[in-house]
Amino acid sequence: MIEAVGLTKRYGDKLAVDQLSFTVQPGQVTGFLGPNGAGKSTTMRLILGLDAPTAGTVTVNGRPFAAADNPMREVGALLEAKAIHGGRSAYNHLLCLAQTNDLPARRVGEVLELVGLTEVARKRSKGFSLGMGQRLGIAAALLGDPKVLMFDEPVNGLDPEGILWIRNLMKTLAGQNRTVFVSSHLMSEMEHTADHLLVIGRGRMIADCTVAEFIEQNSEQQVRVRTPDTERLSALVTAEGGRVSAEGTTLRISRLPLERVGDLAFENNVRLHELTALQASLEQAFMELTKDSVEYHAAVPGGQPAAGGGPGSPSDVPFDNPSQKVEA
Amino acid sequence: MTTLTAVGLPPAKGRSGFKGALRSEWTKIRSVRSTSYTLLATAIVTIGISTLFAWGQSGHTSQEDLADFDPVRYSMFGIIFGQLVIVVIGAMTLSSEYTTGMIRTSLTSMPRRGVVFSAKLLVFTLVALATGLFCSFTSFFIGQAFFQKVQIHEFGPGERRTIGSMDLSTSLGKPHVLQAVVGGGLYLAVSALLAFGLAALLRHTAGAITAAIGALFVTFIMGQFLPHDWAVKVDKYIPFLAGSQIWGLRKLGDKDVPMFSAWGGFGVFTAYAAVAIIIGAYLFRKRDA
Repeated sequence: MIEAVGLTKRYGDKLAVDQLSFTVQPGQVTGFLGPNGAGKSTTMRLILGLDAPTAGTVTVNGRPFAAADNPMREVGALLEAKAIHGGRSAYNHLLCLAQTNDLPARRVGEVLELVGLTEVARKRSKGFSLGMGQRLGIAAALLGDPKVLMFDEPVNGLDPEGILWIRNLMKTLAGQNRTVFVSSHLMSEMEHTADHLLVIGRGRMIADCTVAEFIEQNSEQQVRVRTPDTERLSALVTAEGGRVSAEGTTLRISRLPLERVGDLAFENNVRLHELTALQASLEQAFMELTKDSVEYHAAVPGGQPAAGGGPGSPSDVPFDNPSQKVEA
Repeated sequence: MTTLTAVGLPPAKGRSGFKGALRSEWTKIRSVRSTSYTLLATAIVTIGISTLFAWGQSGHTSQEDLADFDPVRYSMFGIIFGQLVIVVIGAMTLSSEYTTGMIRTSLTSMPRRGVVFSAKLLVFTLVALATGLFCSFTSFFIGQAFFQKVQIHEFGPGERRTIGSMDLSTSLGKPHVLQAVVGGGLYLAVSALLAFGLAALLRHTAGAITAAIGALFVTFIMGQFLPHDWAVKVDKYIPFLAGSQIWGLRKLGDKDVPMFSAWGGFGVFTAYAAVAIIIGAYLFRKRDA
């Protein structure tokens, strides 16, 4: 379990991580989602004590990571691909890590077997492909049979087979009641792997919910309409059970099919200048959500795991535009 | 990937600490080729240049120079160039962790940074000492073989005459000789440690090597250009001149410029390295990795 309270990191005048509070539970894969530069890697570095937080605290299994008796048995981390000395063989790389925690040398052979690098164990890692480098990093993370695993963008640069392998690995690890915390900037990746999601943007928490909730809330079809007579159309749409949010002469309508919106306008003589279907894939929802994280922060239930916003509640849709947000 | 059960992992016994870190650092230093290459280069340069110099000295010593003949220093002159090579290992031992990103992996396996730094420092100190002593003793013995028969010349107007040969060699049993030969190894080791400390400060290989060579070599050359009344006050603090008093039987430097004693000078030299290492260690613990 990882617990962060008010975690903040400032580099010069840039606030990389801004008062993050979250809990990563064991027994499930927790996806850590955010665009590049959102603060995911920084957060992971703070968890590991590589960087010191400007404010706030973070603990791993109840203690600061640096206080762990045997750190490698607590946390295994894959931070960046190839954070290794290329002149050292895979075997010696793992051996020098194992020795720091008094792990037996035969465990090195075991993890090499596990990630499929036995044949190149004596080769210098300089010549490894990106995929092999990732596997070596994962072997290092698994050395201490840790309770908590952290992977920073593990599928970057991997071929489909490697991606599938890592997905299955993470699920297996979570199935063994370990804490698995994995970052990505791709929603599509998390959709397949994660059970729970933490979404951050510009260092702040935007959403903390299950993947199912995220899909429910964000995969809605919407219709965009531009009309000079927004008031009348809004009333008509609402009467039919649709939901409307207005922004100038543009309306965003949900829970009503595009055809019905068009018919309504036609039957009631409302002039339309635009009628567009908005396809809200998870990827788009995610991008929309994180596009301007500060603006959206107020509207989306941050740090509100389950419950609360069911499918019908008005404030849970990140598509909502700012004007409505102020009212909510 | 069939099973994830850790068969080869017995339950933990106690807390990970310095002992494991030492073994780890030893594995690190012996498992990269650059270590053996640079150690070999240090030995070749130090012993090779010492041998060349001793050979030259054994054939070209004039009568007037006899009084200043230092059979220990003259047998280990390669140290002056060897120090420029051994600083490379000193710098790279630490800076390569930063340039490769390995430091983040290292500190994730052992986040107690003081343990990591001191283990690395101790392992490297032993390696540097072994290298330095090997170079100084080997150079010394080769030199003495040459000095058993030194050609003495007399320089007349426009000519040079050989007036005979003398045995100018010495042995470890003579006063101060053992101290000076050991001192040669110590000097090389502390040069490397200075570079280690600078690498902790700068976290950059080329930067640390440049800084170390600047401190060891450039300050010495610049000292040569000082006006005499300055040199009298400053020269003895120049790292090379302070540290080098220990690896000879006679004072190194201009006759009328005061210098520290053998151990006094070596103490000053070691203090420079210690300052770099202490600041480096502090930053190693405080800075974001």
